[in-house]
Amino acid sequence: MSLAHDARVAVHPAAGAQRPARARPELNNPAAWVVAAILLIMPLIANGFFLIEIFATTMILGIMALSLMFLAGYGGMVSLMQLTIAGFSAYMVAVFGVSGNANISLGWPWWLAVPMALALATAFGTLGGALAVRTEGIYTIMITLAIGAAFYYFTNQNWAIFNGHTGINTVATPHFWGVNWRADIPFYYVVLAVAALCYFAVEYLSRAPFGLALQGVRDNPRRMAALGFNVNAHRVAAYAFASFIAALAGVLQVWNYRQISPGSVSVGACIDVLIIAVVGGITRPIGPFIGALIFVLLRTFALDFLVRLGLDGNRFRLLIGLGFLAIVFWSSDGVIGLWQRWRQRQRRDDSRSRGGHRHG
Amino acid sequence: MSRFVERHPAWALITIIAIAVLLWLVFAVWPPGLEEAIGRKRVFLNAVFNGVTLGGLYFLVASGFTLIFGLMRNVNLAHGSLYLFGGYVGYAISSATGSWLLSFIVAFILTALVGVLLQVIVFRRMEGQDLRQTMVTIGLSIVFADLMLWACGGDFYQIQTPSWLIGPVDLPLITAVKSSGEPVYLRYPMVRLVIFAASVVIGVAMWLALNRTRIGMIIRAGVDDRDILAATGVRIQLVFVLVFAFGAGLAGIAGVVGGTFQSLSPGEDIRFLLASLVVVIVGGMGSIPGAALGALIIGLAEQLGSVYIPTYAIVVTFLIMVLVLAIRPQGLLARR
Repeated sequence: MSLAHDARVAVHPAAGAQRPARARPELNNPAAWVVAAILLIMPLIANGFFLIEIFATTMILGIMALSLMFLAGYGGMVSLMQLTIAGFSAYMVAVFGVSGNANISLGWPWWLAVPMALALATAFGTLGGALAVRTEGIYTIMITLAIGAAFYYFTNQNWAIFNGHTGINTVATPHFWGVNWRADIPFYYVVLAVAALCYFAVEYLSRAPFGLALQGVRDNPRRMAALGFNVNAHRVAAYAFASFIAALAGVLQVWNYRQISPGSVSVGACIDVLIIAVVGGITRPIGPFIGALIFVLLRTFALDFLVRLGLDGNRFRLLIGLGFLAIVFWSSDGVIGLWQRWRQRQRRDDSRSRGGHRHG
Repeated sequence: MSRFVERHPAWALITIIAIAVLLWLVFAVWPPGLEEAIGRKRVFLNAVFNGVTLGGLYFLVASGFTLIFGLMRNVNLAHGSLYLFGGYVGYAISSATGSWLLSFIVAFILTALVGVLLQVIVFRRMEGQDLRQTMVTIGLSIVFADLMLWACGGDFYQIQTPSWLIGPVDLPLITAVKSSGEPVYLRYPMVRLVIFAASVVIGVAMWLALNRTRIGMIIRAGVDDRDILAATGVRIQLVFVLVFAFGAGLAGIAGVVGGTFQSLSPGEDIRFLLASLVVVIVGGMGSIPGAALGALIIGLAEQLGSVYIPTYAIVVTFLIMVLVLAIRPQGLLARR
């Protein structure tokens, strides 16, 4: 399929650039250390609003988009149901744990409810993936979109488990060791830890035998099958892993907002995750987080910004849509791709000007 | 047809029995035991008719979608936006001039023009890059949705049904027999029947155009192998533009239809995009008869589901999709 072809074209330069520093490229990069240090001391710099509304939200959305990036970038499967899996896991936390809707919630403690939610959401995502791998390329987009939309309408209609369109409110958040883990600073560190874990897990897996086989499956499924790899099993396993990551994000999300309703799993939100991943760039695990930061900043400040320009502040989605179109038109690899191209051109200009000097 | 019966006798038998049972349920006077078990016959007949007419609407939306996909391999996820755009145009025209038929014509022309613009400005530049085209249509659908929200607001609109179509008609279908022995006939809204008949006419006309005319031959050849078709000297870009315009125009017409017997509001675009996705996944991508069959199945499932198992209606639709994917991943009537 030409999807695999697209991905191959996009990925090769990145893989080539990584090769010299193959073992843990981020350890050799001073910028990565600076970003890590800033993220760690963020609570000293930023107040509660920035900490939760901007950075924690960015990281939660980034984790969801990371699961999509893993599937799309390494597996060549663009799945629009990652948000649905996260939403399912969030609903399961609310259903098994403690919430304001006592007739629905089972009232389990969080350390039972969360593993249950993670397991169920992973199973849900794996089943959906098993369905989606029966098709290829753009068909995958359609089927996963249909799954996401079906889940949205189902949560709207079902009152027994999902409490219809009002959703489940005042979901309890964990308190233990004398710490309220939903207070701004502890919650920020929880999210940061999970995000870092997911990031390094994806990074590690992309170099592990499984990840390499998956990239082989993306580039040429027939050759991999001829080599004795079970192509569909690799794809389903990739879905399982991505579902687990998305499920983690879902747990964090329901703790963040303390409620979950069909609005959070709507089709528009599913597409937002794709936008985040594509805008950030789907060839590297850092891309989704950059995309999420841009998205959250736009969502939070576009209103003020547009009003200041004398425009209607409600046109935030128009701005997002146009930005997305521009990225898709001009860069197949999102913001990362733009940055890399800019760097390469700089380097070329540098060497050319140096060469010119020598001649002179 | 006969080949299908030869190859899958069991499936053919099951299909024939299912159709026979359905026909019996529609035409026979129900015995009292059955009425007790699943409710009044009038409810059932209404659900069936609603399902079939909704299927007609789904067919109008999905046939354009599947036609565009079949020829250009372009999953146009902005198709729902074209539907909603057509609906708003139809509403504006019919409330300005009072003419229902004129609103169809204008909606068709304007959405077809949007389709031409999309094909010429956007999709021609990224031919053969399926994933990128799909992403672009996603971006476009977001932009269109917001522009329409800007222009029309979040209100519900309903297009006025013309006076000559208002009111129910008696159909020669007996729903019950009164104690005096007098039969009670089914009364059903005229406008839905007319719209259904129109969508059948459009479907048959499309089938004839595809199978009996020169342009249809070119399109079918393009579906099979567009490179070879281009190599034979056909001006394939022109064919692409025409097909895209026609598919978009169909979505516009469907918007007027949907605005007449349902309503128009933001969010309907996604609903109908989902419907056409499910319809073409069930029926088979790129196949017009497949779209018709899929639309009928999904329309019936949705309406019967919402009458008999209201909380799980959407799950029935979804289960049908899963079942089709599990048994025939390419769709019921797709050739490959």
